[in-house]
Amino acid sequence: MSYTLTFSQYHEGLKEGKFLGLKCDDCGAYTFPPLGVCSNCGSSSMQVTEIEERGTIRTFTVIRVAPEGMTPPYAIVIVELEQGPWVMGNIVGLNPDQLNIDLIGRNVIMGSQPVKGDMFTREDIRVLTFHVA
Amino acid sequence: MREVAIAGVGMTKFGISEKSNLEMFAEAGLEAIEGSGVEPKDIEALFFGNCLGPFEEGQAHMAPFAASELGLPMSAPATRFEAACATSTVAFRHAAYLVGAGVYDIVLVGGTERAAAMGTSLATRTFAMGAQSKYESPAGLTFPGVFAMAAHMYAKKYNIPLEELKRCMAEVAVKNHYNGSLNPKAHFQKEITVDTVLNGMMVADPLQLFDCCPFSDGASAVVVAEANKVGDLVKQPIYVAGMGQASAGALYLQKDLTRVRARETSIRHAYDEAGVGPEDIDVCELHDCFTIAEILAIESFGFYDFGKGYDAALIGETGLKGKKVINPSGGLKAKGHPIGATGTAQITEIVQQLRGECGDRQVEGAKIGLVDTLGGDFGTLCNIILRSS
Repeated sequence: MSYTLTFSQYHEGLKEGKFLGLKCDDCGAYTFPPLGVCSNCGSSSMQVTEIEERGTIRTFTVIRVAPEGMTPPYAIVIVELEQGPWVMGNIVGLNPDQLNIDLIGRNVIMGSQPVKGDMFTREDIRVLTFHVA
Repeated sequence: MREVAIAGVGMTKFGISEKSNLEMFAEAGLEAIEGSGVEPKDIEALFFGNCLGPFEEGQAHMAPFAASELGLPMSAPATRFEAACATSTVAFRHAAYLVGAGVYDIVLVGGTERAAAMGTSLATRTFAMGAQSKYESPAGLTFPGVFAMAAHMYAKKYNIPLEELKRCMAEVAVKNHYNGSLNPKAHFQKEITVDTVLNGMMVADPLQLFDCCPFSDGASAVVVAEANKVGDLVKQPIYVAGMGQASAGALYLQKDLTRVRARETSIRHAYDEAGVGPEDIDVCELHDCFTIAEILAIESFGFYDFGKGYDAALIGETGLKGKKVINPSGGLKAKGHPIGATGTAQITEIVQQLRGECGDRQVEGAKIGLVDTLGGDFGTLCNIILRSS
């Protein structure tokens, strides 16, 4: 059984401004980013599809003590996309020092940006980003 | 399945250590073996926990070296377990089931970690490897960040002003530091106040420094054996009543971070296996890696309704004199968190509580105790219920 949508294919999509995910043939749910099977029903019968960019912030934090190689402060959010999947990424376009709990519930648009790799990841990697709609 | 019991326990003082992972483990392991009335040659297998040895000391494949340090026989397989912060709890569960199944009669379980030795920056990076490396870590996710997002979601979901939630979280830290002040093996043995917490450096909004457990060095170990054999060896066997373990994927897949679903699955199994419920638990060592984590856990166990457990420490219900004593050892918060050693150290505390050996922090009359360890960003949960008779 071959993996339907690999990280490498997903990542190439991000570079081209596309958000490649999976639509389940059995239950119709979207899985994004990809997994081996449908995140809703476990079916392995899925088709690659483009995911829409709109979503809503469900929670956030501002990281002030960062892992080696990252420069704080920066904000992390978990977003519920309109098509169902929940995803993690960084907030862009807002000052991290001016965020408060009212950020939860704001509508956002998804993008992506490159993050420098380190000796463990070996290569640069794109992260999902969100700006307030 | 045969009945299984714990014969002996051992742990180093947690904190900053000059000793190597193997040296610390040898100390804890020999203490557990000697306290069990057995000799190293009697140990039939080693279930060994370590997470980050390659980054701490350039040492992988530590289990056989640990067996060698202790003089275990060559016939005793030594196997490394890794489940992030839940490492040695998961090792214990596998050991206890194999003893229960009759594969072994007497085994040693434990873990060791030199987390403090890495320094904050590398430790934060390598701890974060417990999150999904393609879809979470690139955002710069840290473990304080995981629980910070849970805290924000908790405040929003239950409509609790953030300042009120933070004050209640601070009371968790104050309680656990007080308990730690009574534990000679704790990393921190000093009391703090709510102001200590609320004036601390911000780590990941809304978590401040004293909402977070430390990086610690330490080791712990327990001898697990068939119950009749333990009865022959020591005066007070502590029995394994029930266990649970559950697994979940990346944090974003779990959606509602106020409900740790893997914990709810794990504890249900442990309660069923033990034939007990939340009302039967006399003492609990749970995974308070961050103050909000203790609040989430006591709700998962059914000690409190969801959204109602946040002020339990404030009103004194989870303190040493409270109705449900949580983390009498000081917890991860004050006792310390040498990740691979944490689970069997929690088991050590519960064993000593059930034996009545804990001095000033003793929970009077404790007969049934619960251990809870969370690994990664809600990915691994393991629960152990122990009883004294």
